[in-house]
Amino acid sequence: MNETPIFEDVSMTKDDDLNSPVEPVDWRLPPRGVVAVICLIVTESSLFMIFVVAYLFYIGKSLSGPYPSDVLSTPVIATICLLSSSLTIVLAERDFERANTGGFRLWWAGTIVLGAVFLALTAAEWSHLITGRGLTISANLFGTTFYSLVGLHASHVIVGLTLLALALILFLRGHVRPEHGPRLKLISWYWHFVDAVWVVVFTVIYLIGR
Amino acid sequence: MATREFALTTGTGTLSTATLRLHDLVVTTDHKKLGLMYVGAGLVFFIVAGLLASVMRFQLVTPNNGAVSPQVFNRLFTMHGTTMVFLVGMPIIAGLMNYLVPLMIGARDMAFPRLNAFGFWMFFFGGLLLYFSYLGAPGITGAGSAPDVGWFAYSPLTARAFSRGHSTDYWILSLLLSGVGSVVSAINVIATAVSMRCRGMTMMRLPLFVWLSIVTSFMILLALASLSAAQIMLLLDRFLGARFFDTQAGGSAVLWQHFFWIFGHPEVYILIIPAFACLSEIVPVFSRKPIFGYPIMVAATVMIAFISMGVWAHHMFTVGMTSVGNTFFAASTFLVAVPTGIKIFNWLGTMYGGKLRFELPMLFCIGFLFQFLIAGLTGVMLGVAPFNWQLHDSYFVVAHFHYTLVGGFLFAIFAGIYYWYPKAVGRMLGRRLGIWHFWLFAIGFHLTFDPQHIAGMLGMPRRIYTYDAGRGWEVYNLISSVGVAAQGAGIVCFVVNLVRSYLKGEPAGEDPWDAWTLEWSTTSPPPDYNFETLPVVRSRRPLWDLKHPEDPDWRYE
Amino acid sequence: MLRRLLSDRMRALALAHALLASTAYAGAPDKVTNIFNPLSTPAEAAHRVALLTLAVCAVIFITVACLLIYAIVRFRRRREDDESEPSQIYGSNQIELAWTVLPILIVVVLILVTARTIADIEDYPRPTDAIKVTIVGRQWWWDIRYPDLGIVTANELHVPISESGRRQPTFLTLESADVAHSFWVPQLAGKTDLIPNRVNRMWIEPKQAGVYLGNCAEYCGTQHAKMRLRVIAHPPEEFARWVESQRRHEAEATPASAGRERFFSTSCVNCHAVQGTSAKGTFGPDLTHLMSRETLGSGAAPNNPETLRVWVRNPQAIKEGCLMPDMRLSDQDLDQIVAYLLTLK
Repeated sequence: MNETPIFEDVSMTKDDDLNSPVEPVDWRLPPRGVVAVICLIVTESSLFMIFVVAYLFYIGKSLSGPYPSDVLSTPVIATICLLSSSLTIVLAERDFERANTGGFRLWWAGTIVLGAVFLALTAAEWSHLITGRGLTISANLFGTTFYSLVGLHASHVIVGLTLLALALILFLRGHVRPEHGPRLKLISWYWHFVDAVWVVVFTVIYLIGR
Repeated sequence: MATREFALTTGTGTLSTATLRLHDLVVTTDHKKLGLMYVGAGLVFFIVAGLLASVMRFQLVTPNNGAVSPQVFNRLFTMHGTTMVFLVGMPIIAGLMNYLVPLMIGARDMAFPRLNAFGFWMFFFGGLLLYFSYLGAPGITGAGSAPDVGWFAYSPLTARAFSRGHSTDYWILSLLLSGVGSVVSAINVIATAVSMRCRGMTMMRLPLFVWLSIVTSFMILLALASLSAAQIMLLLDRFLGARFFDTQAGGSAVLWQHFFWIFGHPEVYILIIPAFACLSEIVPVFSRKPIFGYPIMVAATVMIAFISMGVWAHHMFTVGMTSVGNTFFAASTFLVAVPTGIKIFNWLGTMYGGKLRFELPMLFCIGFLFQFLIAGLTGVMLGVAPFNWQLHDSYFVVAHFHYTLVGGFLFAIFAGIYYWYPKAVGRMLGRRLGIWHFWLFAIGFHLTFDPQHIAGMLGMPRRIYTYDAGRGWEVYNLISSVGVAAQGAGIVCFVVNLVRSYLKGEPAGEDPWDAWTLEWSTTSPPPDYNFETLPVVRSRRPLWDLKHPEDPDWRYE
Repeated sequence: MLRRLLSDRMRALALAHALLASTAYAGAPDKVTNIFNPLSTPAEAAHRVALLTLAVCAVIFITVACLLIYAIVRFRRRREDDESEPSQIYGSNQIELAWTVLPILIVVVLILVTARTIADIEDYPRPTDAIKVTIVGRQWWWDIRYPDLGIVTANELHVPISESGRRQPTFLTLESADVAHSFWVPQLAGKTDLIPNRVNRMWIEPKQAGVYLGNCAEYCGTQHAKMRLRVIAHPPEEFARWVESQRRHEAEATPASAGRERFFSTSCVNCHAVQGTSAKGTFGPDLTHLMSRETLGSGAAPNNPETLRVWVRNPQAIKEGCLMPDMRLSDQDLDQIVAYLLTLK
């Protein structure tokens, strides 16, 4: 029988009937948390895709300024912070597996800090764009698509930071045990997804759109 | 259970059974109760939306009728469409999937019971919010009532300038809420079907209902996001002055249409695939044969899901796309008809050589087969873009989608309800009343929707609150309106049947239909924990194997 | 090869053939606007592919329905049957192949025919002497302009018919000033939408003189139902006369009257224009040749003195929700204004 590799097949002999079954050797199914987070990522990707399409569609179509090349400056530091937070969370997970609580605390908190710095820098950029350059969400098509796409991403960063912070607080209070490793892994998958989305958003806005 | 009752009955004294029961429903995370609540709420909204449509048909029974004002009529068709799709169709499929999937795969509950409850209440509050618009939308200024922009809310009619008050905002917000419910339900169904199967139930031994539920849920994940994205954009336009669909600022009204239909077309498949799922369980049992071509049925459904993501602009043939664009979407539309046709042939193949029992579930399935065949063919007609240029936005389209949704979806749901009600409630639905329901509703359905094909071909556009005499539309509108009475009578029979059978229907036993999937191995209704011991299966029809140990399925699969 | 198939010359040839053939078609513009009674080239092209599609679908329907009925009758359980189960067939790859391949073949044919017809209609090149009209859709009327001819009118589209040997199609440019609308005159062509910030094009080529009825076919708000269309097709000489009469602005010549004075001093001129006068409002229909139109309110009511009076007194009574308000005119003002309007032929 051709089954996909992640599912173990039931091994029974031909003479078996259900009244005296030979217990199947291995029946391992993907954990429900993993499936759920993958589904979540699928649906969120779909959501982001629509906003990305809107952004791409409206490139060059604003009737009046400010235009991207006038006002956009590449957020290098913010990007480095966010992308390295993917690294720090991997290190945190590794330390968690090795029961290195100090290391886990450091890297996990570091992830939160890097994410928070990213948000702060985004906020600063927005503040400058709004007050200094007159780019608001209602200014033109560029403003509309820019703030909605970056804002949608930022809102996901906030949710991610909330999850990370909750996990850290529970950990500091001693509620997180080694068997919770897979759940931390799911949070980290969400966080990696948020970072991957930033790569796309960054490319679309600061590379393609300018 | 015992602890909860203890907590509720101490202190102030005993609460009434009704209060206890209501409380139980409010806090439950049991997939069976939630499933029934989904279906029940969906049926209530169905009655409401049906009444809205009855008023519309009353207004249209004669030309230049003055029964309702244009403003009221426009709200009627908007609320009717929005309710039927989002507050009837979506919860009913969620209810069926949530009730049946764990039972069919030998699990005790869904993967995430609390998430399940969350999803239900999001849908429910979304529904209440939509109807609250009658009261809330006037706001301080008094402008606005229920939404009146059509169920697909085209731009720029939904812009602040053209849609005053908060009617459109209620449309957006209520659907965002219930949309979250749908997505959450979809995640739960996939996680359950993948991660909670009983031993021996490989993916290719899943009941087709479960397979099709997985496909439906996957489509929900992709499609609902597009709707939510577009609605968020509209909300930003209306409240923060964003320019997404602001044509004065260079925005594109057609972009809304693209985003909406990228949701909207998969949505109709999201609705119909669970209907296919009901057929795929019921037709075999009442033909006394396994489904013909199980692997092909799975493959065809996956193909439908895949192709249906690429047909959306067949709702937009008249917006002025290029000839290349129009040709592409016509081609993809024809293509999606192929796997759909294959499924019809497979059901036919199942019936062929069988011993057909015309119990009520099978009657409704046969109705479905005839009607969905016609619906699919009128769909092919609508896919021929130049033909579409005449038929689009006319009563022909109205006839087509009511054929798919009422003649198709609703008939399949009736079949499913007659089939699984005994399992859920422990009593059979009355046969006589069921026959009355079937014939009254079928006759009414055809009286109402068959003439609408002709009205459309004679040039009658849709969404008009009145029409002049002399256009040749009068007789078809008259017949169409008369059919409402028969449909209404049929529904009355149905509701009476549901209630009467609940109270004093014939006890059903575990397996009244002599069926083969795992839900029929439990008591009726199943206990809270579903199965005493989790089953182990060896084929697609575990109960067939048990009933026919000399000729089990696993020898042939 | 496909490109050559769809080349201009082949298309023009095919359509000319169709034109000739269809002049033998006995139909007429009718209040009953049957899409199967096309009287214009693009409608006829759509009609042909519609008939083919209907035929294909009819054959499929009859085949499958007969199979279904046969199955129901032949394989129903009979009373004398024992309780044994029938032969448990799981499927058949050959049969699946057969009923996959056949539909795919049908689909291929449909794609080819559809592609051809789409190109025929959509990509038809505009001849240099075609009549050009710009229609701007507005809630809930049609703003109609002939830029080359210097004509501005509303709600009724006048075009010449095409005769064999002297073809003169009308090419429409469709725009919108507010929300999405759709131009649908079934006997002349399929519909095309009017969408703000977008320019759409379509063409019609009526073969018979007469009045063609149509409707707005995209829900556009309160009075979508009464945003009706009239296309009046004239023989070429008659059309030329119509053009000339529309170009004349008799308004300057009419003597000053009490009604004229009331019209100009009341806010009528804020919305309406009368060519050749100082009334240059653009929010409502141009009234220069109001009395030459068959209806008021874009098909909401017939155009005669009595109805005109009702309309001007309170348009909401005829077209509830329309954007022309009740001006609360006194009876005297009303009489005078209506008298003035009646001179705008």
